[in-house]
Amino acid sequence: MSQIAFFNLPDVGEGLTEAEIVSWKVKPGDTVAVNQVIVEIETAKSLVELPCPFAGVIQELHGAEGDTIEVGKPLISAVVADGAVGAVSTNTSAIPVVDPVAEAASAHTAVADNAAAVVESRQPNLVGYGSSNHAGSRRRGPVTAPAAAVAAASASLPVVANPATSLVNVVSVTAEDKVIAKPPIRKLAKDLGVDLTRVTPTGFAGEVTREDVLGGAQQASVFRNLSTPEAPSAREERIPVKGVRKAIANAMVSSAFTAPHVSIFVDVDATRTMEYVKRLKASTDFAGVKVTPLLIMAKAMIWAVRRNPMVNSTWTDEEIIVHNFVNFGIAAATPRGLIVPNIKDADKMSMLELAKAIENLAAVAREGKTTPADMKDGTITITNIGVFGVDTGTPILNPGEVGIVALGSIRPKPWVVNNEIQVRQVTTIGATFDHRVVDGDVASRFVQDVASVIEEPALLLD
Amino acid sequence: MSAQDASRVPMVQLLSPEGQYSVPAEYAEYGKYIDQLGEADFLKFYRDMARIRRFDNEATALQRQGQLGLWIPAIGQEAAQIGSGHGVGHNDHIFPSYREHGVALTHGIDLMSILKMLRGVNHGGWNPDETRFHLYGIVLGTQVLHATGYAMGVKFDGKVGSGNHDEDLAVISYFGDGATAEGDISESFLFAATTQAPIVFFCQNNQWAISSPVNSQTTVPLYQRGSGFGVPGIRIDGNDILASYAVTKKHMDDARNGAGPYMIEALTYRIGAHTSSDDPSKYRDQAEVDYWAARDPLIRFEKFLRRQGIGDDFFAECEAAGEALSAEIREKTFALGEPPIENMFKHVYSETHPLIEEQLAWLEAYEASFGEGGAH
Repeated sequence: MSQIAFFNLPDVGEGLTEAEIVSWKVKPGDTVAVNQVIVEIETAKSLVELPCPFAGVIQELHGAEGDTIEVGKPLISAVVADGAVGAVSTNTSAIPVVDPVAEAASAHTAVADNAAAVVESRQPNLVGYGSSNHAGSRRRGPVTAPAAAVAAASASLPVVANPATSLVNVVSVTAEDKVIAKPPIRKLAKDLGVDLTRVTPTGFAGEVTREDVLGGAQQASVFRNLSTPEAPSAREERIPVKGVRKAIANAMVSSAFTAPHVSIFVDVDATRTMEYVKRLKASTDFAGVKVTPLLIMAKAMIWAVRRNPMVNSTWTDEEIIVHNFVNFGIAAATPRGLIVPNIKDADKMSMLELAKAIENLAAVAREGKTTPADMKDGTITITNIGVFGVDTGTPILNPGEVGIVALGSIRPKPWVVNNEIQVRQVTTIGATFDHRVVDGDVASRFVQDVASVIEEPALLLD
Repeated sequence: MSAQDASRVPMVQLLSPEGQYSVPAEYAEYGKYIDQLGEADFLKFYRDMARIRRFDNEATALQRQGQLGLWIPAIGQEAAQIGSGHGVGHNDHIFPSYREHGVALTHGIDLMSILKMLRGVNHGGWNPDETRFHLYGIVLGTQVLHATGYAMGVKFDGKVGSGNHDEDLAVISYFGDGATAEGDISESFLFAATTQAPIVFFCQNNQWAISSPVNSQTTVPLYQRGSGFGVPGIRIDGNDILASYAVTKKHMDDARNGAGPYMIEALTYRIGAHTSSDDPSKYRDQAEVDYWAARDPLIRFEKFLRRQGIGDDFFAECEAAGEALSAEIREKTFALGEPPIENMFKHVYSETHPLIEEQLAWLEAYEASFGEGGAH
């Protein structure tokens, strides 16, 4: 059996609606092969030769040279073999059954004995191609109104309760760690130290908004530990003084009662330091290395020690030993208590080496693997109390050392610049010295030097 | 600069247009890579070029028959693509432009995936994690930035020059002469050079950026474009598959071993239109097309193979394979249905998203409002 196949004018150029027949290359009765050129057409864009999609015998040319044909209308019809690729359907009945699925598959070709029926049937174009008037041929039935349909559809969607009115829902979302937030919001939260699971989302789809994060940031310092542990049933708990706790106590007492402490404080605009940290983070050399204001602070102290060597010394009653190297101690809060490991010869290190050393020191301390050797022979110490949200404090000297610096939290505060109040990243540097060794003027110069680097890290290039 | 003038610029050519193989002394390092090839490799090169040529011709016809929204022919560029594609190592990653059907073939991409994309029923459909051949970059030049970023990541991961054959890798990015005029390419050069990322920039200079000739894009040969950034380069005869293979393989090996970025400019010619929506007769002379048609990479390699004693049987076998391929992709293309509408929404977010689900529900309801079979 054979059947008649139609080749309808395709859209050959991204959005064309019609084309003019320039010249026919075949005539009725001719036998054509697949991909044989049958006609040359001219579109708004170019002259194009069209290859025949099927093999067969031409039955009719649906237009004369010079005629303009609409995209989707028959160009030629041909008698083809049953099941020929490109002719698609094997339906040979007089009235074609128009199955939209089969039609979609056939794209621009269709098969029928009745050309008129084909012309009137839907000729789907490829998505994004062809004339828009095809849409006009689609008629919507009296089915569900769109609004109702959407409402019905929405009902089947997972319900995101308005968290403002339903605390329970927030908790359940948090538990599943299913916070909805865009990447920039997540980054903002990370930068501000805001735990996204603790922020009440107010977005219309239940997502965390920028305002939510900013609001959370202001509360974070106050409600850093939102979960209040249950009150213990015992009236007292007795913790034996031993191990690290005992060592800490002895060291503190020894330090506080043997060395007369003197403390001084200075507020400083750390905006440039924060920018510098940001730039370092973004640089390829520091990729994968943790960069924090503590790193700049460490560099600042090492620089200031060079200018004020007395703060980097040891008192032995008989003599003062001024160290011409810096074993840089960092007070670390660990599960086992406060320890002060130090970075040996930190003054010989580049910024990158120092950053890696600090990261390593912190990691070892966290794992509880700091060795006694790591804590021996320190010459000066920093304690980073800012990470706990504290502005400053009076640090107590690490025994054997004569200087310790406390880095407070860095946060936006009003600051006078050129007689105008601006919002700057401000911090307080607190420092304590052994007054037996360090006089007030040296102490002040040292702290001022540290502060000036924090204010202008470019001084490190000196 | 007309195409003919290009002969004044030094260029790696191992195979003359007459199919004569010879290695100039200054390119001996590249000849070593050809020494390691055997007849089976040469036959594979030809089979792949013939296959992709046939595929290209069939796809062009399918577009003219309304089966594809668009076709992007690569006829004339087979040697540049098949040769370089085979020069890419087993771990390396490829970031193609939208014309790299030949490179796709060398890395196991199902050619139907490409047709589906140009019919608009998928977005590529292959998994770059598995094929190491990334999705086509449609927006000009973007893939080169992606490639550079990927190569920088490789460098940061320490997978360059470690000597571990299973871990080390390099990246190659394909782009055309037109893309070199985009800032993206300059930025890529800069980042690749300053980080010494393991990447080869493979520019197929097919001499026409749609209707803009290459001499409106540059006043120096394109292979020199990277040098100011610190990316050295070389020009190869892009219609010489052996040069394309050897030069790509050497510089991918070098990049993988830590030599940093390199640029290869493959001088070739786009015999066909820019895409099926373009009519090149409006802006270029037929004489120029004829000049390059006579330098067809397939003809050149056929001459080489015949000099090696390969006979008619092999070429007849390639012809038959082409016939079978044509029939197969015609049948499969005509049988392609319309994808379910939810596919449009599938890859917007990696996880379900309430807004996307709402839009999908709306569209499904809208489509359903036409009633059963009510598309009249």
